[in-house]
Amino acid sequence: MSQTHSDYRLSQLDQLEAESIHIFREVAAEFEKPVLMFSGGKDSIVMLRLAEKAFYPAKIPFSILQVDTGLDFPEVMETRDRWVARLGVNLVVASIDDAIKNGIIPDAAKISRNRLQIPTLLNAIEENGFTAAFGGGRRDEEKARAKERVYSHRDEFGQWDPKNQRPELWSLYNGRLHEGEHMRIFPISNWTELDVWDYIGREGIEIPSIYYSHQRRVFVRDGMLMSETPLNPLREGEVVEERTVRFRTCGDITLTGCVESTASTIAEIIDEVAVARKTERGATRGDDRFSEAAMEDRKKEGYF
Amino acid sequence: MAGTNMDLLRFATAGSVDDGKSTLIGRLLLDSKSIFEDQLEAVEATSEAKGYDYTDLALLTDGLRSEREQGITIDVAYRYFATPNRKFIIADTPGHVQYTRNMVTGASTADLGLVLVDARQGLTEQSRRHAVILSLLRVPHLVLAVNKMDLVDFDQSVYDKIYAEFTQFATKLNVPDLEVIPISALQGDNVVTRSENMPWYSGPTLMHHLEHVHVASDRDLIDARFPVQYVIRPKSDEFHDYRGYAGQVAGGVLKPGDEVVVLPSGMTSKISKIDLFDQEITEAFPPMSVTVHLEDDVDVSRGDMIARVKNAPTPSQDIDAMICWMTTAPLQPRQKLAIKHTTRTGRALVKDIQYRLDVNTLHRDQETKELGVNEIGRVTLRTTVPLLADPYSKNRTTGSFILIDEATGVTVGAGMING
Repeated sequence: MSQTHSDYRLSQLDQLEAESIHIFREVAAEFEKPVLMFSGGKDSIVMLRLAEKAFYPAKIPFSILQVDTGLDFPEVMETRDRWVARLGVNLVVASIDDAIKNGIIPDAAKISRNRLQIPTLLNAIEENGFTAAFGGGRRDEEKARAKERVYSHRDEFGQWDPKNQRPELWSLYNGRLHEGEHMRIFPISNWTELDVWDYIGREGIEIPSIYYSHQRRVFVRDGMLMSETPLNPLREGEVVEERTVRFRTCGDITLTGCVESTASTIAEIIDEVAVARKTERGATRGDDRFSEAAMEDRKKEGYF
Repeated sequence: MAGTNMDLLRFATAGSVDDGKSTLIGRLLLDSKSIFEDQLEAVEATSEAKGYDYTDLALLTDGLRSEREQGITIDVAYRYFATPNRKFIIADTPGHVQYTRNMVTGASTADLGLVLVDARQGLTEQSRRHAVILSLLRVPHLVLAVNKMDLVDFDQSVYDKIYAEFTQFATKLNVPDLEVIPISALQGDNVVTRSENMPWYSGPTLMHHLEHVHVASDRDLIDARFPVQYVIRPKSDEFHDYRGYAGQVAGGVLKPGDEVVVLPSGMTSKISKIDLFDQEITEAFPPMSVTVHLEDDVDVSRGDMIARVKNAPTPSQDIDAMICWMTTAPLQPRQKLAIKHTTRTGRALVKDIQYRLDVNTLHRDQETKELGVNEIGRVTLRTTVPLLADPYSKNRTTGSFILIDEATGVTVGAGMING
């Protein structure tokens, strides 16, 4: 930021940053026990950066919570560990494997682990007594998310009721809760995919290496390029080949596809995103393809 | 980087059910290449499955299952598009029954209000109501888009008549900047590209206007207002003596060396430095989120406000405000509610409901002693904590508040303080 502003204008990225920081501080001031939900993807990392800025030079005054699906990319976990060490924050891991072992959720081998994240997450929120959970959801991602408030109320079952949301006026957020309820907080609601990349570039933020172009052994499934991994056995007719790819989102390794790309710097990624003709979720997320309302249905149950 | 120097315009759309709002938004998104192939394919597939003759762009914007089932928009949705110089956030507010509360929600943060009218219908009660609400909410720029010009043969006299009628009506309102643009959202006339069908119109296209309307000057840069949000006190050796007051600048320009007063205590001090993350900066202005340091060790906590010594709001527990009531159980005198104003919360007692405003005629009904859902009225409140407030007409941040039902926790009212 320059030292003088003759016209007192803030760029849109600075405005978005200021708004997000305001939200982080508001939640830290008003909620008993907030937590930051962290998947290790670019949006969660931008959230960590914003939280770091909001409270600097003090440490981030809440823990971060990751739902370990057992199916995460190793590169993502390594980046997570470096961020946690650098910021000195407390990391809470809610593991699906542990939840199955402890009988909290059924071991249903046929249910996607994406769906099993819901009870695992809700259980972790309840067990730890978290009253507010920050999520990196953006309204541009998906049309059900376009309807979501910055403060999104969840009842004692963790459910979202899209028909009965609290009006949200000015920047006056209402964090009132009853026993057992919690709030999902979306500080980067107004950011787009391109804003996130611009910010990562501007701030020099470290993100998992899989976002950059690399060689990977992949196969085609449902029109998407999937990673070869023992976690995701090949089906009949699927052939593994090496291609130059990168990821647009980081999720479950068995459901997250990559795209062919030679973009190896942030600037090249931005150029690519700016002309992309498919949404990141539509292009590479198997979990949103089940039905037109897949995201809405999962969110109603408590998915972030 | 692409977005680093772009600026931002937030606008709220309004219009009746069949005025073509979804089509217009679809057109803006489509023509600014903000709709992705997979989204368009999904909409095309659904339109075909439903047996429509054309691709229903409203399916792009109606995000909820129940909205698609009923074919109506229930709640505000936020959408995004960008041109090379500006990013836009659209608060897409439904034209249906719950109009007022949703419009207030969308308009509360908008720099510009876009009201659609159907050229065949002309101004309706609904268009007047939308304009009144946008004006009450002090949305500084208003655009009246006269849509469906294709259905009136692009006839200038239709436009002229609506223009005259609306400008006449607008004299009763507070509309500092008005633009009336004839368009066809369906065919794209004057939306992004200039219409060859309306050579008589010499004004800007809608997109050109959205891109160029000057919004930076709409903020109050005179009266310094800094509501303290959070006190930053690191418990670390390196920053042992650090004590900073974090918040978002609500008005004016703050600089190190400024003589300031902390409200409501009235203690005075001087700004010693201002931090933006790990940098010291020489000035802070709205809407920056910064950390302010004072020279003296005065007691400052969340809910306090830092202002200039000779230019500070007067703390008051008696509030005179316009209220938009948002829930089915009516607002009544003697009712007690929680109130949130800037970073300050307390309780409020409804002392009197002075009048209910008829948003169609602007008539002040002094007989009714309650406000029903979606009604707007003038109310006096007594609060448990003094509010550090300005008139809403001067500052939308320090002049606004919300009312919360303490039993349900739901936001039930939006307030704008009279000056």
